[in-house]
Amino acid sequence: MAAATRGADGLTGILKDAAIYALGAFALCVPVVSFRTDAGATGGLELTPRWVLVAGLCAAIFLARLAQRLVLMRRDARRALRPSRSQATEAVSGTPNAGQRVSMLALWLFIGVALTLPVVAALASGSLGEGRYWIDLGILILTYVMLGWGLNIVVGLAGLLDLGYVAFYAVGAYSYALLSTTFGLSFWICLPLAGLFAALWGMLLGFPVLRLRGDYLAIVTLAFGEIIRLVLINWVDVTGGGAGISSIPRATFFGIPFTAGEDGFAARFGLTFDSMHRVVFLYYLILALALITNVVTLRLRRLPIGRAWEALREDEIACRSLGINTTTTKLTAFALGAAFGGFAGSFFAVRQGFISPESFNFLESAIILAIVVLGGMGSQVGVAIAAVAMVGGPEMLRNLGFLKSIFGQGFDPNEYRLLLFGLAMVAMMVWRPRGLISERTPSVALGERRAISGAHVSEGHG
Amino acid sequence: MDVFVQQLINGLTLGSIYGLIAIGYTMVFGIIGMVNFAHGDVFMVSSFIALIGFLILTAWLGVSSIALAFLIVLVVSMVLTALWGWAIERVAYRPLRGSFRLAPLISAIGVSIFLSNFVQVTQGARNKPLPPMLSGGITLFETDGFQVFLSYKQCLIMAVTAVLLTGFWYLVQRTPFGRAQRACEQDRKMAALLGIDVDRTISLTFVLGAALAAVAGVLYLMYYGVVSFSDGFVPGVKAFTAAVLGGIGSLPGAVLGGLIIGLIETFWSAYFSIEYKDVAAFSILAVVLIFMPSGILGRAEVEKV
Amino acid sequence: MTEPTTRADAVLTVDHLTMRFGGLTAVGDLSFQAHRGDITALIGPNGAGKTTVFNCITGFYKPTEGMLTLAHADGSKHLLERLPNHAVNRISRVARTFQNIRLFQGMTVLENLLVAQHAPLMRASGMTVLGLLGLPVYRRAEAAAIERAKEWLVRIGLIERADDPAGDLPYGAQRRLEIARAMCTEPVLLCLDEPAAGLNPRESGELNALLRHIRDAHDTSVLLIEHDMSVVMEISDHVVVLDYGVKIADGTPGEVRADPRVIAAYLGVEDEEVEAVEAEVGLTVTHLEVEA
Repeated sequence: MAAATRGADGLTGILKDAAIYALGAFALCVPVVSFRTDAGATGGLELTPRWVLVAGLCAAIFLARLAQRLVLMRRDARRALRPSRSQATEAVSGTPNAGQRVSMLALWLFIGVALTLPVVAALASGSLGEGRYWIDLGILILTYVMLGWGLNIVVGLAGLLDLGYVAFYAVGAYSYALLSTTFGLSFWICLPLAGLFAALWGMLLGFPVLRLRGDYLAIVTLAFGEIIRLVLINWVDVTGGGAGISSIPRATFFGIPFTAGEDGFAARFGLTFDSMHRVVFLYYLILALALITNVVTLRLRRLPIGRAWEALREDEIACRSLGINTTTTKLTAFALGAAFGGFAGSFFAVRQGFISPESFNFLESAIILAIVVLGGMGSQVGVAIAAVAMVGGPEMLRNLGFLKSIFGQGFDPNEYRLLLFGLAMVAMMVWRPRGLISERTPSVALGERRAISGAHVSEGHG
Repeated sequence: MDVFVQQLINGLTLGSIYGLIAIGYTMVFGIIGMVNFAHGDVFMVSSFIALIGFLILTAWLGVSSIALAFLIVLVVSMVLTALWGWAIERVAYRPLRGSFRLAPLISAIGVSIFLSNFVQVTQGARNKPLPPMLSGGITLFETDGFQVFLSYKQCLIMAVTAVLLTGFWYLVQRTPFGRAQRACEQDRKMAALLGIDVDRTISLTFVLGAALAAVAGVLYLMYYGVVSFSDGFVPGVKAFTAAVLGGIGSLPGAVLGGLIIGLIETFWSAYFSIEYKDVAAFSILAVVLIFMPSGILGRAEVEKV
Repeated sequence: MTEPTTRADAVLTVDHLTMRFGGLTAVGDLSFQAHRGDITALIGPNGAGKTTVFNCITGFYKPTEGMLTLAHADGSKHLLERLPNHAVNRISRVARTFQNIRLFQGMTVLENLLVAQHAPLMRASGMTVLGLLGLPVYRRAEAAAIERAKEWLVRIGLIERADDPAGDLPYGAQRRLEIARAMCTEPVLLCLDEPAAGLNPRESGELNALLRHIRDAHDTSVLLIEHDMSVVMEISDHVVVLDYGVKIADGTPGEVRADPRVIAAYLGVEDEEVEAVEAEVGLTVTHLEVEA
């Protein structure tokens, strides 16, 4: 209906439509926005009316809808002149896909930027210490890139919907924290162990649930994620409960601590001590871990196991008819994804020096999954771009201090981080349901590798 | 025995609330096959609407009759929450219909994050207490100094749940909307070919689900007397567990599942450990899905080759 | 055509197979044999239980009762009803296609054929470890697998489209690719569920040639479900007819064609109409009068 009338009903129609949206927004704002409840002097709640805010919101919705409709109208007018390009077969066969080259280029660009970021940050800000904000942000983004790439094996390649991925992140983090604080094991011993434990947990949890399909699998993995978090909170003797574990040993340069003393990293290598050495080291550590994840994934895709994962995503029944043991195939994907989550978790613990169950709540799982789906399932580059957008984007809110001059001093843009994050998730799904890069690159080709349109690629059922 | 009866009453009360939320999950899953992740947060929003409604009525308008205040708040909350349900479906789910299977789920998670943070931003992060409205109750019997107590609140919750569920049952079983709804569950394309407005039916399903969640929200607020922006997630997951346990897609199953989950939770807290009550609920969810994926009243699914 | 062979020569022996779904008996006490080197056709009206038989043979359903024995040329025997789903293919070497084509649509034609060679490639990749290290052992195995895939692509006339997504192929090509994919698992028995459905006469002819090639050039026996009588009568050595889950005829195409019960059941007609019907299927009037 909308498509047919959109061009015809003209400006008045659009204004009317926007007005209806504003009216709807008004009704939704009553009473959650229009009255703020605050604890009063007597302890009971008191109401503060905020009709100006409601009016502002409605006006914003009105203008946003108006702008959207106007843009859509112009796009439709342009489309009407040209033949439709939305046929599924159009983008599929034929000439080598330019987008594929761009995405390969993007991957190298990403790696290039990632490699040089600390240097650039230091040069641009004057010194390493000044550039710390950017390096820390880089570490945060790369952690999510790694988590995204790890989960991509499970969700993107094997098509298994995992909403509890953060559980393996937690297993990795607690493995390192507990092993290092109780047994004094070094990070480099704990790192593989953490991955191993996470993989074991992956298999343990995966085994009973992997015959479930679709949303059911998602919900069970969510339940497992929550169970692990709740156990971490309640098993106080071992995990320290809600207070978490603190004073986790810091990372060392392969055994050489980053201290100012004689044995410290700076003294050994003849540098002047700078606390930033450790941060830069952590940065390159997570970069290396992420790149290892990427290389392993890209290699696996070209191996029979990787092809079996993708085949599983496409059609599980056909897989079984071809003699593929779908249970073990799913389990390997689950365990491997979990292992990478575990590596990332132990990195998280060594970087923070403190962990608590609150770092591993459902929101984290949702963010990682959103990164994978938004990136385009199975696309490594897409995941990297999505991680930058989803993690780096909200971070930019901190820099919007100038808004205070508009909305008053009490306004803290950072409060709106998750609100906007949720909105962005919806908007991006509506805009690109298949993610940024929905094409699939074949794992093997006789001639030139050509991308396969997302229209053909299945999203899996499990 | 007396502790048992007391826990039974508490469990059934809690179970009624879960059952009301679970219906929203089960209906939406039945008709479009998606887990409406944001449903728990819709429930939370409705609690806030009810909270503010009560405050306006009692503090500003000076309504002294609790029955009147309750009725007004219930209706207003149902209407406004239904509007939320409609708007969410319209904005976040409808554009994704028939597209990539994961997209609606991610979108729903986005809505869930948005709603809880929307309420946090507009209402603040603190717990919001409501002055107790309906105190007192009936002492059913007393043994060894332990009173088995049925509060008026609990009576109200069970009564309201029973009345509304009867009305709802009538709506789904006996009206053209119910018929259209069930037809869409069976085969959306065919229903559309037979002249059913599928979009409208799905919208109405969301509206109904949200309205029932609003009832749950009002009752939850009355029962516990406090609500916070983060109160949507856990009851939401428990209600979903209830829907799955009862057999997703089955309306009586959702109510039955809700009661069972409510009972398990209260008994677990009473006899085992209160810390692990959520672990118990999540474990049940996992166990049921693994060993009995079609639930108690659901239809078994045969794998089509 | 071929003479009825002895039991020892059977590749597949179905003994008293019964499959019930709740109260419905989809297949009731069915027994038949498929002989090595034959193309055996399983025919019957819609809903006769043919696909159910297939699903039992290929491990998708566990039969309620009965025994399914697959004999390899070396004499080893496999009880199919006891094997897990995927092992029916991997161990007892039964491959199948599906009525509604199940290709990996988002993967290329070549990839589809490589997935089918999963087991040998997995071994060559040392359960992924050696492959991950990029050892030549795996690279050689992959090259060999690609060679085998190419042979099949040439055979089914799709070598030009090797790098296209399978979902992009025309319908007939998808059917051929599915058969080639099943053949890449080197089956002893190939089960085809309506391979000619939806094919035009030319494609149907190509399919017949492909099936004959499979029978003659590979050590693969074929069991097929088919509605297209021209295919059944032309290429099958042995025909089993099902109706309402029960076997009503078993023999060479000539014998089965002559069986009035088959005609009546298959076309669902009264006895008086059989005359009209037999003309359609190419029977002589005299033949039927003898029976009557």
